[in-house]
Order: sequence, then C-alpha cells, then structure tokens
Amino acid sequence: MPRTLFDKIWDSHLVGQRADGRDLIYIDRHVLHELHAHHAFAQLEKQRRPVHRPDLTFAVQDHTIATKPGRDDSTNPSGTAFLRAMREGARKTGIRLFDIDDPEQGISHVVAPELGIVLPGATHAVPDSHASTVGGIGALAFGCGTSELTHILATQVMALKRPKRMRVRLDGRLGAHVSAKDVALRLIAELGVAGARGYAVEYAGAVIAAMPIEQRMTLCNLNIEMGGRSGFVAPDDATFAWLVGRPFLPQGALWDRALEYWHSLATDADAAFDREVALDCGTLEPQITWGTDPSQVVGISGRVPEPAAIDPSRRAAAESAFAYMGIKPGMPLAGLPVDRVFIGSCTNSRLPDLEVAAAVVRGRRVAEGVVAMVVPGSTSVKREAEAAGLDRVFRDAGFVWGESGCSMCAGSNGDRGEPGERCVSTTNRNFENRQGPRVRTHLASPATAAATAIAGRIADVRQLLSGVA
Amino acid sequence: MQPFTRHTGIAAPLLKDDVNTDQIAPVLQSRSLKEDYKTMLFHRARQREDSSEDPNFVLNKPQFRPAGILVTGHNFGAGSSRESAVWSMLANNIRVIVARSFADIFRENCLQNGLLPVVLEADDADAFTARVVAVDGKAPFTVDLLAQRIAGPGGPDIAFAIAGADRMRLLEGLDDIGLTLKHMAEIVNWEQRAAAAQPWLQTARDSR
Repeated sequence: MPRTLFDKIWDSHLVGQRADGRDLIYIDRHVLHELHAHHAFAQLEKQRRPVHRPDLTFAVQDHTIATKPGRDDSTNPSGTAFLRAMREGARKTGIRLFDIDDPEQGISHVVAPELGIVLPGATHAVPDSHASTVGGIGALAFGCGTSELTHILATQVMALKRPKRMRVRLDGRLGAHVSAKDVALRLIAELGVAGARGYAVEYAGAVIAAMPIEQRMTLCNLNIEMGGRSGFVAPDDATFAWLVGRPFLPQGALWDRALEYWHSLATDADAAFDREVALDCGTLEPQITWGTDPSQVVGISGRVPEPAAIDPSRRAAAESAFAYMGIKPGMPLAGLPVDRVFIGSCTNSRLPDLEVAAAVVRGRRVAEGVVAMVVPGSTSVKREAEAAGLDRVFRDAGFVWGESGCSMCAGSNGDRGEPGERCVSTTNRNFENRQGPRVRTHLASPATAAATAIAGRIADVRQLLSGVA
Repeated sequence: MQPFTRHTGIAAPLLKDDVNTDQIAPVLQSRSLKEDYKTMLFHRARQREDSSEDPNFVLNKPQFRPAGILVTGHNFGAGSSRESAVWSMLANNIRVIVARSFADIFRENCLQNGLLPVVLEADDADAFTARVVAVDGKAPFTVDLLAQRIAGPGGPDIAFAIAGADRMRLLEGLDDIGLTLKHMAEIVNWEQRAAAAQPWLQTARDSR
C-alpha cells in the first residue's frame, strides 16, 4: 500500500502501543532549553528516575539569554537562575550543553540542524512549539510541554495519538523579494490559525523544489501558527548538499549508508492524504500582518480589511485587533510609521535571512527615531555573518547587532519594545503584549523588515530597491 | 497527578476564540524558577493600562472569582507550548475548561495535569454557553467525568464525548511516565534494531 512520508517515519519509529492506545514514538534527537528544562530535572530527581539517553539529548541557552555584547549570566537578571539551573542539570545528567560562552550557542531550532544534530527521517522533540522548524531538512518534529519533556528524558519516547495527514502544494514561482515567510503568512491567512490542527503537514510543489533549505525551515517553523504540531519537507538533493560536512552527522561509510536511506524518504505516488491544499504563489507579493494573530495578513500593497469583508465569526477578534493595533479598516499598511524593527528569531535568523536584509540595508541609514536590531540565530551564524562583513553593513546603517538568542520574539530575555510602539518583526507571533506591554507587532519577512527600518514606515521592499519609494 | 472524577463549581464565560497561551500565562518582567502561577493567570487581561484591576474581565467579577470551570470558544490554548498555562489554571482552582475546540499541545498539557478539557459540539456549546451566561455565577454546574455529563441550572444534562484512554488517565490520575516505563523492554529492543538498521540514529557524536 502506498504510504506518505509521514507514515514511513512514524511507522519506523513506532516502539509499541501503550495500554491507553497511544503510540510510543521513539525520539532520535531531543533538544532542551533553559526556560523549561529545570522543571523536568526537578521532577526526575524527585521521582528518582534517570535520563535514559543523555547521549541523544542536547541543551541550549536561548530563551532568557541576553543579547548585549559581553553578556554573562547576570546581564539579564531574570534569566540568571534559569541559565544556572540548565548548566547544573546538564552537568548532573551528562547532557551536552551549548552554554552562554559556547562558540556554537544559539536558538535550538537553528543550532540542531546547522550542527547536523538532527537528520532527515529522524524524529525530534523540543519543549517549544516551533520545534518543527527542522522539518525543513526532512525531520519529523514535535513541540512539547514540560511534562512531555520529562517523559522523553525518562523514556526517550513520546506517547502520541497518530495525527492526520495533510499535504500543502505550493505552485508557481516566487517573485523577486518574496520568500518563505510571505508564503507562510498567506497560507496561515487562507487556512486560519487552527487550519492544520490535528494534522502533520507535508509541504510540496514547485515552490518547495526551488526553495533553499533555510527558507524551508522558515516555512516549517510557522506550521504551528496554523495549529499544526509537525510540518516538514521531504529531503532532496538540495537537503543532502546542505548537510554535507556538518559535525554531528554520520561520517565515512555510515554517511553513504544514511544517504542511501535518506533518498528513499518520499511520499509514494498514490499515497492518500486526509486533506490536500494548494496555493498558487506565482502572483504572491510580500505579506505583512495587520492584526494580533498570524492569520490577520494582507499583501504589502493591500489595505486593512473592512469588517464586512471578514468572516462573521472572526469579526469581533478583528475589531479588537484594530483597536489594539491602532489601525482602521480600509487603510493601507504601507506608509504607517514604525518605532522599532527586529530581525531574528527561530523563524528568520539564519545566514541567508541576514544576507537578504543586509542587501537591502547596504549603503542606507535606519530612519531617524527607529530602533532597529539584528539578532543572529546562533553564534555560528553571527560568526559567519561577521566574516562576510554583514555586521558592518548593519552597524553602519544604525542597527544594533546582538549576540545570539530568542531575544524579542517573546521578550523572555528582557529585549522588548516600549508601550505603544509599533514594531515590524521577522518573528512568528503578533500576539498582544508579546514583544512588551501594548507593543504593536507586524510580522513580515527580513526583506520587508529591513526596508521598513530604512523608510521608517512600513515599506514595500520592491519599491525601496527600485527607487520608487 | 491529581485524579479527576467530578467537579462542582461556578462556570465563568470567557467567550472568545483563539485565546492563546501568551494571554493565559504571560511572560512577566521578572521571572524566577518558582513562578507565582496564581498571579500569572491572565495577568495582563486582568489589568487596565494603569495597572489597576479591570472590573470587566470575567475572572475579576465578584461572582466569577471562585470559578472552577472556564467556558470558552474555539482553539483554546493556541500558541506557545508553555505548560504554565495549565499550571496557572490549577493554581486558581480551575479544574475544567469547556471549549468548542482546543489547540493540540495545550490539550496534551491538560491531560498531563488533571485539568479536564471538555469539547462541546456547536449546538451543545451554544446551549451550555447560554445557560452559563444566564445563571451568571449564581449557581454551580457539575462536570462528571464518570458519567460524561454536565449538569446544572437552566436545562437538562449535557453529554460530552472524550476518548476512553484520556478519560481513564484523568479518572485514575495515572503517572504518564510510569505507563510508558512498562514498555522499557520494547524501547530497548527498538534501540537495538535501530542500531543495526539505521545506526546513525542511535549515535549523535561530534566528529571533530
């Protein structure tokens, strides 16, 4: 019987079925972070249960870590206890930690693929809803809560209900300055914030075939914003080329064997999905959110929708978003003055994201009064960006160039906007108060964010670069 | 885990869709390893801009302060995987959430902690919501997981469905890790098979 790639990975990781009917799925790679790990370590200690596979478990400091140059444990005082508890827990359990001063520290979803810790066809878990970022290289990932994290530490499996299968086919060819972020925002707008709930999503189609690996990660990262826990792209030659040389990958003869297996990781021709969705991306323009959930999206040349054009069940939420965001129905978003621009997070902080933004910024200045910040997704990305001179491009333009971490995505490290500020951000959630009390967040791509920083107003990068702005 | 069999309490209507975990358990300026989950619950939503208490927020209304049942819309618990969203409910003695649907990770977190997630289909949800609004906290409802029914003022009992396994886990307050550890032999067996068939999965060594 023809099978989807999801079924192949799931079935090959099925350890058994529990008395309550849940499938026990083996987790090949488990990555922790300091915000949640301490609870799990305390629980295990109380229950006198050991970590079953510390050798398949890794940890990072990312959520609470300061981004100021010269940072240490106490730079963000409310993170100090978390950083220390993570360090202590990792030491006691023998888990490899990418600590604050590690040359490979960074956001878990950036670090795991860039070091080759996570692999195509492997299962992966992180106590963070954006775990499926690594779906971009063909891994099946699950974001999880703290109890589930403790469960994985003790058993190396997750007790899961088998999700349904969805395929999203992205047709056409992306226009200039349109990226995976724009595709994802449009898709969330079309399917809604719960459109993929209960499904594992496979992304396919011509757009995917042509899409660089880092952008596939951006797309899979945003899968949870339409409610899907797992989203992935079948690995292809571009994936394998991207992986070559990464330090935690199998080496020598084992690499050849793995590669041969990875080539088999595809959905069979006649395999059935529970739901199929197609999106024509050929005419897609840069997208930006106008509201307070990631489905409230408009094209950069579009206007904030009129209530009459909004589904009645979503109208009250839209009205409340208009008020919070300080916008009115029918107005264009382009041209709206901003106070802050943030480029970073597990969504858009890999080297090509920074290259795209730097290309927009090069030779220009951040508009007067705008606070603009770039935070690389890992210390490795930061080093590579600096080797390419990108830090100079950003600094010369007036950007703050930070140390790696989650930073302003959720503000857990103290990087936040001031009340009432409008911020264009390359992150994943525009929820009320997320980037600071009463901060108004507009989600957009690195190119749009960079163009906005220069213009001081929400900007269409295509116009800025063609001098029409 | 605290078992769940039956809960009788005031039902508070938070009649919105897509209430996310950033709203339920916001990241506060100062954090500590031992968070104050009681204060955390809807911390921002409870306050007005000048930090004074917002009398219009449902859980601030005197009749709903002792609520043990939260009644809400679609996709409750969307967003971040933070389990503090569940812990902050329990810290405020909320034991049941009745919604039209739940976000996946949040629902899992509920099951891990003995917080009962009840899903009512459209007609039942409409009827129950109307009764909750009408009674306005003056009389309690009883949510019985054994009988899978909600009873209370204003109408007949409302039956609800829940997966048998989830029901059993909540009723017995089962230790999730303990359940899985019974399968340790199968886990070790899987590891041995994987080590032979796909050895790269069973090692994660830095080759440098």
